[in-house]
Amino acid sequence: MMRLAATTLLLCACAFAGCKREQRVFDPGSSGSQIANGVAVNEVHAGGSVSIPEHGPYEESAYAVGEGKRLFSAFNCAGCHNHGGGGIGPALMDAKWIYGSHPEQIYSTIVQGRPNGMPSFAGKIPDYQVWELVAYVRSLSGQLPTDVAPGRSDEIQVKKAEQAKKKEHSPDQNPQKIQKGQP
Amino acid sequence: MILVHVPGFPGNQTSLNPVGPGAERIEGEFALIFWITAIVYCLVLIALVVYVLRRRHSLNIMPEPMPTTPQSDRWAKVAVSGAMVVTVLLLFIMMIGSFVTGHALGNMNRETAYTIDVYGHQWWWEVHYPNDEPDKTVVTANEIHVPLGVPLRIHGTSRDVIHSFWAPNVQGKRDLMPGYETDVMMQIDQPGRWRGQCAEYCGEQHAHMSFYMVAEPGPQFQQWLSQQAASSVPPSTPQAVRGQQVFLGHACVMCHTVRGTPAGSRVGPDLTHVASRSTIAAGLLPNTIGNLGGWILNAQSIKPGCRMPPNHMTGSELQDLLAYLETLK
Repeated sequence: MMRLAATTLLLCACAFAGCKREQRVFDPGSSGSQIANGVAVNEVHAGGSVSIPEHGPYEESAYAVGEGKRLFSAFNCAGCHNHGGGGIGPALMDAKWIYGSHPEQIYSTIVQGRPNGMPSFAGKIPDYQVWELVAYVRSLSGQLPTDVAPGRSDEIQVKKAEQAKKKEHSPDQNPQKIQKGQP
Repeated sequence: MILVHVPGFPGNQTSLNPVGPGAERIEGEFALIFWITAIVYCLVLIALVVYVLRRRHSLNIMPEPMPTTPQSDRWAKVAVSGAMVVTVLLLFIMMIGSFVTGHALGNMNRETAYTIDVYGHQWWWEVHYPNDEPDKTVVTANEIHVPLGVPLRIHGTSRDVIHSFWAPNVQGKRDLMPGYETDVMMQIDQPGRWRGQCAEYCGEQHAHMSFYMVAEPGPQFQQWLSQQAASSVPPSTPQAVRGQQVFLGHACVMCHTVRGTPAGSRVGPDLTHVASRSTIAAGLLPNTIGNLGGWILNAQSIKPGCRMPPNHMTGSELQDLLAYLETLK
Protein backbone atom coordinates (compact mmCIF):
# COMPACT_ATOMS: atom_id res chain seq x y z
CA MET A 1 0.00 0.00 0.00
CA MET A 2 2.81 2.36 0.95
CA ARG A 3 4.63 1.49 -2.23
CA LEU A 4 1.51 2.27 -4.31
CA ALA A 5 1.08 5.64 -2.61
CA ALA A 6 4.73 6.47 -3.10
CA THR A 7 4.57 5.53 -6.78
CA THR A 8 1.44 7.62 -7.29
CA LEU A 9 3.07 10.56 -5.54
CA LEU A 10 6.19 10.21 -7.69
CA LEU A 11 4.14 10.06 -10.90
CA CYS A 12 2.17 13.15 -9.84
CA ALA A 13 5.44 14.96 -9.12
CA CYS A 14 6.70 14.03 -12.57
CA ALA A 15 3.48 15.25 -14.16
CA PHE A 16 3.63 18.55 -12.30
CA ALA A 17 7.29 19.02 -13.22
CA GLY A 18 6.14 19.22 -16.83
CA CYS A 19 3.71 22.04 -16.11
CA LYS A 20 6.21 24.86 -15.98
CA ARG A 21 6.98 25.23 -19.65
CA GLU A 22 8.48 28.46 -20.83
CA GLN A 23 6.25 30.63 -22.93
CA ARG A 24 7.18 31.09 -26.56
CA VAL A 25 6.24 34.52 -27.81
CA PHE A 26 5.85 34.30 -31.56
CA ASP A 27 4.31 37.70 -32.02
CA PRO A 28 6.50 40.12 -30.07
CA GLY A 29 3.88 42.88 -30.17
CA SER A 30 4.07 46.27 -31.73
CA SER A 31 7.04 47.63 -29.83
CA GLY A 32 9.17 44.51 -30.20
CA SER A 33 8.71 44.16 -33.91
CA GLN A 34 9.78 47.72 -34.58
CA ILE A 35 12.76 47.83 -36.84
CA ALA A 36 15.88 48.52 -34.82
CA ASN A 37 17.03 51.93 -35.99
CA GLY A 38 20.34 53.15 -34.85
CA VAL A 39 21.93 56.40 -35.83
CA ALA A 40 23.32 56.97 -39.27
CA VAL A 41 26.91 55.87 -39.14
CA ASN A 42 28.92 58.89 -40.15
CA GLU A 43 30.95 61.57 -38.42
CA VAL A 44 28.18 64.17 -38.59
CA HIS A 45 26.24 63.18 -35.54
CA ALA A 46 23.38 65.44 -34.59
CA GLY A 47 21.45 65.38 -31.35
CA GLY A 48 22.11 63.76 -28.04
CA SER A 49 22.53 60.19 -27.05
CA VAL A 50 20.72 57.42 -28.87
CA SER A 51 17.94 55.79 -26.95
CA ILE A 52 18.38 52.06 -26.76
CA PRO A 53 15.08 50.29 -26.24
CA GLU A 54 14.64 48.18 -23.16
CA HIS A 55 15.33 44.57 -23.85
CA GLY A 56 12.80 41.95 -22.94
CA PRO A 57 13.45 38.75 -20.98
CA TYR A 58 15.34 37.25 -23.91
CA GLU A 59 18.25 36.03 -21.84
CA GLU A 60 15.91 33.90 -19.73
CA SER A 61 14.21 32.23 -22.69
CA ALA A 62 15.78 29.16 -24.27
CA TYR A 63 13.52 29.67 -27.28
CA ALA A 64 14.78 33.22 -27.83
CA VAL A 65 18.41 32.12 -27.51
CA GLY A 66 17.74 29.26 -29.92
CA GLU A 67 16.20 31.71 -32.37
CA GLY A 68 19.25 33.91 -31.93
CA LYS A 69 21.43 30.96 -32.82
CA ARG A 70 19.39 30.35 -35.98
CA LEU A 71 19.55 34.03 -36.94
CA PHE A 72 23.31 34.07 -36.30
CA SER A 73 23.67 31.67 -39.23
CA ALA A 74 20.76 33.05 -41.27
CA PHE A 75 22.08 36.61 -41.27
CA ASN A 76 25.58 35.29 -41.98
CA CYS A 77 27.16 36.55 -38.77
CA ALA A 78 29.06 33.25 -39.01
CA GLY A 79 30.56 34.52 -42.27
CA CYS A 80 32.95 36.76 -40.31
CA HIS A 81 32.77 35.66 -36.70
CA ASN A 82 32.64 31.95 -37.50
CA HIS A 83 30.60 30.04 -34.95
CA GLY A 84 32.11 32.12 -32.21
CA GLY A 85 35.73 31.41 -32.95
CA GLY A 86 36.32 34.46 -35.07
CA GLY A 87 37.95 34.86 -38.45
CA ILE A 88 37.51 38.03 -40.42
CA GLY A 89 35.75 39.43 -37.38
CA PRO A 90 36.77 39.04 -33.74
CA ALA A 91 36.04 35.90 -31.76
CA LEU A 92 32.87 36.03 -29.67
CA MET A 93 33.49 33.08 -27.37
CA ASP A 94 36.34 34.62 -25.38
CA ALA A 95 36.56 37.34 -22.75
CA LYS A 96 37.97 40.07 -25.01
CA TRP A 97 35.31 42.54 -25.98
CA ILE A 98 36.45 45.56 -27.96
CA TYR A 99 33.13 47.37 -27.65
CA GLY A 100 31.82 45.86 -24.44
CA SER A 101 29.96 42.72 -23.49
CA HIS A 102 26.87 44.25 -21.88
CA PRO A 103 23.65 43.42 -23.73
CA GLU A 104 23.17 47.12 -24.54
CA GLN A 105 26.69 47.39 -25.86
CA ILE A 106 26.30 44.35 -28.11
CA TYR A 107 22.97 45.76 -29.26
CA SER A 108 24.63 49.02 -30.27
CA THR A 109 27.41 47.16 -32.04
CA ILE A 110 24.92 45.23 -34.17
CA VAL A 111 22.66 48.17 -34.91
CA GLN A 112 25.29 50.86 -35.43
CA GLY A 113 28.11 48.83 -36.88
CA ARG A 114 31.75 49.25 -35.91
CA PRO A 115 34.88 50.34 -37.74
CA ASN A 116 36.95 47.85 -39.70
CA GLY A 117 34.19 45.77 -41.16
CA MET A 118 31.19 45.34 -38.85
CA PRO A 119 28.26 46.62 -40.92
CA SER A 120 25.33 48.50 -39.45
CA PHE A 121 22.11 46.52 -39.44
CA ALA A 122 20.00 49.58 -38.62
CA GLY A 123 16.63 49.40 -40.34
CA LYS A 124 17.17 45.83 -41.39
CA ILE A 125 16.41 43.65 -38.37
CA PRO A 126 13.37 43.84 -36.09
CA ASP A 127 14.23 44.94 -32.59
CA TYR A 128 13.33 41.67 -30.90
CA GLN A 129 15.55 39.71 -33.29
CA VAL A 130 18.51 41.95 -32.40
CA TRP A 131 17.92 41.11 -28.75
CA GLU A 132 17.72 37.41 -29.60
CA LEU A 133 21.06 37.74 -31.36
CA VAL A 134 22.48 39.59 -28.36
CA ALA A 135 21.33 36.81 -26.04
CA TYR A 136 22.88 34.16 -28.26
CA VAL A 137 26.15 36.03 -28.66
CA ARG A 138 26.42 36.31 -24.89
CA SER A 139 25.79 32.58 -24.54
CA LEU A 140 28.89 31.97 -26.68
CA SER A 141 31.12 33.06 -23.83
CA GLY A 142 29.02 31.26 -21.26
CA GLN A 143 27.28 34.29 -19.76
CA LEU A 144 23.79 32.81 -19.77
CA PRO A 145 22.38 30.20 -17.40
CA THR A 146 23.01 26.66 -18.66
CA ASP A 147 19.30 25.86 -18.82
CA VAL A 148 18.87 28.63 -21.40
CA ALA A 149 21.94 28.19 -23.61
CA PRO A 150 21.58 25.89 -26.63
CA GLY A 151 22.57 22.32 -25.82
CA ARG A 152 23.70 21.15 -29.22
CA SER A 153 24.77 22.38 -32.65
CA ASP A 154 23.80 21.28 -36.13
CA GLU A 155 27.32 22.01 -37.30
CA ILE A 156 30.25 19.65 -36.91
CA GLN A 157 31.39 19.90 -33.31
CA VAL A 158 34.60 21.83 -33.11
CA LYS A 159 33.80 23.34 -29.78
CA LYS A 160 31.66 22.57 -26.79
CA ALA A 161 28.02 23.44 -27.01
CA GLU A 162 27.08 26.80 -25.54
CA GLN A 163 25.45 25.01 -22.65
CA ALA A 164 28.71 23.38 -21.60
CA LYS A 165 30.74 26.55 -22.08
CA LYS A 166 32.47 27.75 -18.98
CA LYS A 167 31.89 31.30 -18.02
CA GLU A 168 34.67 33.37 -19.54
CA HIS A 169 34.24 36.39 -17.31
CA SER A 170 31.68 38.02 -15.16
CA PRO A 171 30.57 41.35 -16.54
CA ASP A 172 29.26 42.39 -13.14
CA GLN A 173 32.65 42.15 -11.45
CA ASN A 174 34.35 44.37 -13.92
CA PRO A 175 31.66 46.46 -15.58
CA GLN A 176 32.57 48.11 -18.80
CA LYS A 177 31.25 51.60 -19.31
CA ILE A 178 28.21 51.83 -21.52
CA GLN A 179 28.78 54.53 -24.08
CA LYS A 180 25.39 55.25 -25.48
CA GLY A 181 25.33 57.08 -28.75
CA GLN A 182 29.01 56.80 -29.50
CA PRO A 183 29.37 55.08 -32.83
CA MET B 1 -11.03 -3.66 -57.86
CA ILE B 2 -14.27 -2.20 -59.20
CA LEU B 3 -14.86 0.23 -56.38
CA VAL B 4 -11.28 1.42 -56.11
CA HIS B 5 -10.50 1.59 -59.80
CA VAL B 6 -13.28 3.99 -60.78
CA PRO B 7 -11.47 6.39 -63.12
CA GLY B 8 -11.52 9.95 -61.88
CA PHE B 9 -12.32 9.02 -58.30
CA PRO B 10 -13.06 12.44 -56.85
CA GLY B 11 -10.48 14.28 -54.89
CA ASN B 12 -7.13 15.95 -54.89
CA GLN B 13 -4.53 14.87 -52.37
CA THR B 14 -5.86 11.33 -52.23
CA SER B 15 -4.06 8.18 -53.23
CA LEU B 16 -7.36 6.78 -54.54
CA ASN B 17 -7.08 9.04 -57.59
CA PRO B 18 -3.68 8.12 -59.01
CA VAL B 19 -2.35 10.29 -61.82
CA GLY B 20 1.00 8.55 -62.27
CA PRO B 21 2.44 5.02 -62.43
CA GLY B 22 3.84 5.20 -58.88
CA ALA B 23 0.53 6.02 -57.24
CA GLU B 24 -1.24 3.49 -59.52
CA ARG B 25 1.00 0.71 -58.19
CA ILE B 26 0.34 1.79 -54.62
CA GLU B 27 -3.38 1.97 -55.24
CA GLY B 28 -3.31 -1.53 -56.78
CA GLU B 29 -1.66 -2.90 -53.66
CA PHE B 30 -4.16 -1.01 -51.52
CA ALA B 31 -7.05 -2.50 -53.52
CA LEU B 32 -5.63 -6.03 -53.15
CA ILE B 33 -5.35 -5.73 -49.37
CA PHE B 34 -8.66 -3.90 -49.10
CA TRP B 35 -10.65 -6.52 -50.99
CA ILE B 36 -9.01 -9.53 -49.31
CA THR B 37 -9.57 -8.14 -45.82
CA ALA B 38 -13.06 -6.86 -46.68
CA ILE B 39 -14.19 -10.25 -48.05
CA VAL B 40 -12.70 -12.18 -45.13
CA TYR B 41 -14.31 -9.76 -42.67
CA CYS B 42 -17.72 -10.16 -44.33
CA LEU B 43 -17.44 -13.98 -44.41
CA VAL B 44 -16.56 -14.09 -40.73
CA LEU B 45 -19.48 -11.82 -39.85
CA ILE B 46 -21.90 -13.86 -42.00
CA ALA B 47 -20.78 -17.11 -40.33
CA LEU B 48 -21.22 -15.52 -36.92
CA VAL B 49 -24.72 -14.25 -37.72
CA VAL B 50 -25.81 -17.59 -39.22
CA TYR B 51 -24.73 -19.60 -36.17
CA VAL B 52 -26.22 -17.09 -33.74
CA LEU B 53 -29.54 -17.28 -35.59
CA ARG B 54 -29.46 -21.08 -35.70
CA ARG B 55 -29.08 -21.34 -31.95
CA ARG B 56 -31.15 -18.29 -30.97
CA HIS B 57 -33.75 -20.46 -29.12
CA SER B 58 -31.21 -21.81 -26.72
CA LEU B 59 -29.72 -18.44 -25.84
CA ASN B 60 -31.92 -17.75 -22.78
CA ILE B 61 -30.81 -20.91 -21.00
CA MET B 62 -27.38 -22.03 -19.95
CA PRO B 63 -26.09 -23.68 -23.14
CA GLU B 64 -25.18 -27.31 -22.87
CA PRO B 65 -21.78 -28.27 -24.24
CA MET B 66 -22.37 -29.60 -27.73
CA PRO B 67 -22.14 -33.37 -27.86
CA THR B 68 -19.09 -34.44 -29.82
CA THR B 69 -18.60 -37.55 -31.88
CA PRO B 70 -15.42 -38.77 -33.58
CA GLN B 71 -17.07 -37.64 -36.83
CA SER B 72 -17.61 -34.04 -35.61
CA ASP B 73 -14.12 -33.90 -34.11
CA ARG B 74 -12.69 -34.76 -37.50
CA TRP B 75 -14.76 -32.06 -39.19
CA ALA B 76 -13.67 -29.50 -36.62
CA LYS B 77 -10.03 -30.39 -37.26
CA VAL B 78 -10.51 -30.06 -41.01
CA ALA B 79 -12.31 -26.71 -40.64
CA VAL B 80 -9.71 -25.17 -38.30
CA SER B 81 -6.69 -26.34 -40.31
CA GLY B 82 -8.42 -25.28 -43.57
CA ALA B 83 -9.01 -21.78 -42.16
CA MET B 84 -5.37 -21.60 -41.05
CA VAL B 85 -4.13 -22.62 -44.48
CA VAL B 86 -6.37 -20.03 -46.16
CA THR B 87 -5.21 -17.33 -43.72
CA VAL B 88 -1.54 -18.04 -44.29
CA LEU B 89 -2.14 -18.20 -48.04
CA LEU B 90 -3.91 -14.82 -48.07
CA LEU B 91 -1.18 -13.25 -45.93
CA PHE B 92 1.37 -14.59 -48.40
CA ILE B 93 -0.62 -13.15 -51.33
CA MET B 94 -0.62 -9.73 -49.65
CA MET B 95 3.06 -10.01 -48.80
CA ILE B 96 3.99 -10.98 -52.36
CA GLY B 97 1.80 -8.15 -53.67
CA SER B 98 3.59 -5.72 -51.35
CA PHE B 99 6.96 -7.07 -52.50
CA VAL B 100 6.01 -6.75 -56.17
CA THR B 101 4.76 -3.18 -55.60
CA GLY B 102 7.93 -2.19 -53.75
CA HIS B 103 10.04 -3.80 -56.44
CA ALA B 104 8.17 -1.97 -59.20
CA LEU B 105 8.48 1.37 -57.37
CA GLY B 106 12.19 0.72 -56.91
CA ASN B 107 12.53 -0.08 -60.61
CA MET B 108 11.13 3.27 -61.74
CA ASN B 109 14.65 4.69 -61.90
CA ARG B 110 15.53 6.04 -65.36
CA GLU B 111 18.84 7.51 -66.42
CA THR B 112 17.01 10.10 -68.49
CA ALA B 113 14.69 11.24 -65.71
CA TYR B 114 14.26 14.98 -65.29
CA THR B 115 15.82 15.98 -61.97
CA ILE B 116 14.27 18.50 -59.59
CA ASP B 117 15.87 19.32 -56.24
CA VAL B 118 13.55 19.77 -53.28
CA TYR B 119 14.66 21.08 -49.87
CA GLY B 120 12.36 20.90 -46.90
CA HIS B 121 12.36 23.92 -44.58
CA GLN B 122 10.33 24.77 -41.52
CA TRP B 123 7.64 25.25 -43.03
CA TRP B 124 7.96 25.53 -46.77
CA TRP B 125 9.54 23.81 -49.76
CA GLU B 126 12.50 25.15 -51.66
CA VAL B 127 12.59 23.90 -55.27
CA HIS B 128 15.58 24.03 -57.61
CA TYR B 129 15.67 23.12 -61.29
CA PRO B 130 19.38 22.46 -61.84
CA ASN B 131 20.90 23.40 -65.16
CA ASP B 132 24.40 22.94 -66.54
CA GLU B 133 24.52 26.66 -67.13
CA PRO B 134 24.34 28.13 -63.64
CA ASP B 135 22.57 31.30 -64.72
CA LYS B 136 19.67 29.19 -65.98
CA THR B 137 19.15 27.44 -62.67
CA VAL B 138 15.63 28.11 -61.49
CA VAL B 139 14.86 28.57 -57.79
CA THR B 140 11.28 28.72 -56.66
CA ALA B 141 9.14 27.62 -53.73
CA ASN B 142 6.09 25.53 -52.92
CA GLU B 143 4.94 25.18 -56.54
CA ILE B 144 6.63 22.41 -58.49
CA HIS B 145 5.92 22.68 -62.19
CA VAL B 146 6.70 19.42 -63.98
CA PRO B 147 6.50 18.24 -67.60
CA LEU B 148 3.65 15.83 -68.32
CA GLY B 149 4.40 12.15 -68.92
CA VAL B 150 8.13 12.45 -68.27
CA PRO B 151 9.97 10.41 -65.62
CA LEU B 152 10.98 12.74 -62.78
CA ARG B 153 13.65 12.36 -60.17
CA ILE B 154 12.91 14.32 -57.02
CA HIS B 155 16.25 14.76 -55.32
CA GLY B 156 15.49 15.83 -51.81
CA THR B 157 17.00 16.72 -48.47
CA SER B 158 16.12 18.86 -45.50
CA ARG B 159 17.58 22.12 -44.27
CA ASP B 160 16.52 21.65 -40.65
CA VAL B 161 14.43 18.77 -39.28
CA ILE B 162 12.99 15.63 -40.88
CA HIS B 163 10.24 16.37 -43.40
CA SER B 164 8.39 14.00 -45.71
CA PHE B 165 7.56 14.76 -49.32
CA TRP B 166 4.15 13.36 -50.17
CA ALA B 167 1.93 14.07 -53.15
CA PRO B 168 -0.55 11.19 -52.73
CA ASN B 169 -1.90 11.38 -56.28
CA VAL B 170 1.56 10.97 -57.70
CA GLN B 171 3.74 8.76 -55.53
CA GLY B 172 4.25 7.45 -52.01
CA LYS B 173 5.97 9.32 -49.20
CA ARG B 174 9.67 9.98 -49.04
CA ASP B 175 11.33 11.31 -45.91
CA LEU B 176 13.74 14.19 -46.36
CA MET B 177 16.46 14.02 -43.72
CA PRO B 178 18.96 16.70 -42.76
CA GLY B 179 22.42 15.74 -43.96
CA TYR B 180 21.16 12.88 -46.13
CA GLU B 181 20.13 13.11 -49.78
CA THR B 182 17.47 10.89 -51.24
CA ASP B 183 15.97 10.27 -54.68
CA VAL B 184 12.37 9.39 -55.42
CA MET B 185 11.12 8.68 -58.92
CA MET B 186 7.72 9.79 -60.14
CA GLN B 187 5.76 10.64 -63.22
CA ILE B 188 2.50 12.51 -63.78
CA ASP B 189 0.30 11.52 -66.72
CA GLN B 190 -2.66 13.79 -66.12
CA PRO B 191 -2.44 17.58 -66.38
CA GLY B 192 -3.53 19.50 -63.31
CA ARG B 193 -2.52 20.86 -59.92
CA TRP B 194 -1.88 18.00 -57.50
CA ARG B 195 -1.65 18.99 -53.87
CA GLY B 196 1.01 17.54 -51.61
CA GLN B 197 1.82 17.90 -47.95
CA CYS B 198 4.60 17.33 -45.48
CA ALA B 199 3.87 13.91 -43.98
CA GLU B 200 6.30 13.90 -41.05
CA TYR B 201 5.57 16.07 -38.04
CA CYS B 202 8.10 18.90 -38.21
CA GLY B 203 6.95 21.56 -35.74
CA GLU B 204 4.18 24.06 -35.03
CA GLN B 205 3.20 24.70 -38.63
CA HIS B 206 3.58 21.18 -39.99
CA ALA B 207 -0.08 21.24 -41.04
CA HIS B 208 0.54 24.37 -43.12
CA MET B 209 3.45 22.97 -45.09
CA SER B 210 1.89 22.02 -48.39
CA PHE B 211 2.88 22.31 -52.02
CA TYR B 212 1.39 21.87 -55.46
CA MET B 213 2.73 19.77 -58.29
CA VAL B 214 1.62 21.49 -61.49
CA ALA B 215 1.76 19.08 -64.43
CA GLU B 216 1.69 20.73 -67.83
CA PRO B 217 2.63 19.66 -71.39
CA GLY B 218 6.29 19.86 -72.35
CA PRO B 219 6.31 23.10 -74.39
CA GLN B 220 4.25 24.92 -71.74
CA PHE B 221 6.63 23.68 -69.05
CA GLN B 222 9.71 24.82 -71.01
CA GLN B 223 8.12 28.24 -71.44
CA TRP B 224 7.46 28.45 -67.70
CA LEU B 225 11.03 27.33 -66.98
CA SER B 226 12.69 29.91 -69.22
CA GLN B 227 10.43 32.62 -67.79
CA GLN B 228 11.40 31.59 -64.23
CA ALA B 229 15.09 31.51 -65.11
CA ALA B 230 15.04 35.19 -66.03
CA SER B 231 16.03 37.84 -63.52
CA SER B 232 13.41 40.20 -62.22
CA VAL B 233 12.44 43.08 -64.49
CA PRO B 234 13.47 46.47 -63.03
CA PRO B 235 10.38 48.30 -61.77
CA SER B 236 8.94 50.84 -64.21
CA THR B 237 6.28 52.79 -62.33
CA PRO B 238 7.36 55.34 -59.67
CA GLN B 239 5.37 53.45 -57.04
CA ALA B 240 7.11 50.18 -57.85
CA VAL B 241 10.49 51.93 -57.79
CA ARG B 242 9.70 53.21 -54.29
CA GLY B 243 8.53 49.70 -53.39
CA GLN B 244 11.86 48.26 -54.43
CA GLN B 245 13.58 50.75 -52.15
CA VAL B 246 11.32 49.64 -49.31
CA PHE B 247 12.22 46.02 -50.06
CA LEU B 248 15.94 46.70 -50.10
CA GLY B 249 15.86 49.01 -47.08
CA HIS B 250 13.77 46.87 -44.75
CA ALA B 251 14.07 43.49 -43.12
CA CYS B 252 12.91 41.74 -46.35
CA VAL B 253 16.42 41.87 -47.76
CA MET B 254 17.87 39.96 -44.82
CA CYS B 255 16.14 36.73 -45.83
CA HIS B 256 14.81 36.87 -49.38
CA THR B 257 16.31 36.82 -52.85
CA VAL B 258 15.12 38.86 -55.80
CA ARG B 259 17.46 38.02 -58.66
CA GLY B 260 18.53 41.16 -60.47
CA THR B 261 18.76 43.19 -57.25
CA PRO B 262 21.28 43.20 -54.38
CA ALA B 263 18.84 41.06 -52.36
CA GLY B 264 20.40 37.61 -52.34
CA SER B 265 19.76 35.92 -49.02
CA ARG B 266 18.65 32.30 -49.01
CA VAL B 267 16.85 32.06 -45.68
CA GLY B 268 13.31 32.53 -46.99
CA PRO B 269 11.68 31.70 -50.33
CA ASP B 270 13.09 33.20 -53.54
CA LEU B 271 10.79 36.08 -54.50
CA THR B 272 12.11 36.76 -58.00
CA HIS B 273 8.84 35.56 -59.54
CA VAL B 274 6.60 35.57 -56.48
CA ALA B 275 3.64 37.07 -58.38
CA SER B 276 3.61 34.10 -60.76
CA ARG B 277 2.86 31.71 -57.91
CA SER B 278 -0.73 31.02 -56.99
CA THR B 279 -0.33 30.68 -53.23
CA ILE B 280 1.74 32.18 -50.43
CA ALA B 281 2.89 30.74 -47.11
CA ALA B 282 3.34 27.18 -48.48
CA GLY B 283 -0.10 26.78 -49.98
CA LEU B 284 -1.87 28.34 -47.01
CA LEU B 285 -3.38 31.42 -48.68
CA PRO B 286 -4.19 32.40 -52.27
CA ASN B 287 -1.66 34.89 -53.58
CA THR B 288 -3.76 38.03 -53.53
CA ILE B 289 -2.55 41.53 -52.77
CA GLY B 290 -4.60 41.61 -49.56
CA ASN B 291 -3.25 38.31 -48.26
CA LEU B 292 0.26 39.36 -49.16
CA GLY B 293 -0.15 42.64 -47.26
CA GLY B 294 -1.46 40.87 -44.18
CA TRP B 295 1.33 38.33 -44.41
CA ILE B 296 4.03 41.02 -44.59
CA LEU B 297 2.61 43.05 -41.70
CA ASN B 298 2.14 40.17 -39.29
CA ALA B 299 2.78 36.68 -40.57
CA GLN B 300 2.73 35.48 -36.96
CA SER B 301 -1.01 36.04 -36.72
CA ILE B 302 -1.51 33.80 -39.78
CA LYS B 303 1.11 31.11 -39.22
CA PRO B 304 2.33 31.40 -35.61
CA GLY B 305 5.92 30.31 -35.17
CA CYS B 306 6.93 30.71 -38.80
CA ARG B 307 10.25 32.38 -39.53
CA MET B 308 8.78 35.55 -41.02
CA PRO B 309 8.93 38.36 -38.42
CA PRO B 310 6.16 40.93 -38.05
CA ASN B 311 7.13 44.02 -40.06
CA HIS B 312 6.36 47.56 -39.15
CA MET B 313 5.88 49.92 -42.04
CA THR B 314 3.69 52.85 -42.87
CA GLY B 315 0.65 52.44 -45.06
CA SER B 316 2.26 54.08 -48.04
CA GLU B 317 5.41 52.00 -47.67
CA LEU B 318 3.31 48.84 -47.63
CA GLN B 319 1.34 49.94 -50.71
CA ASP B 320 4.58 50.68 -52.57
CA LEU B 321 6.07 47.35 -51.54
CA LEU B 322 2.95 45.45 -52.65
CA ALA B 323 2.99 47.30 -55.97
CA TYR B 324 6.60 46.24 -56.42
CA LEU B 325 5.92 42.60 -55.49
CA GLU B 326 3.04 42.52 -57.98
CA THR B 327 5.51 43.36 -60.76
CA LEU B 328 7.60 40.27 -59.95
CA LYS B 329 5.82 38.07 -62.45
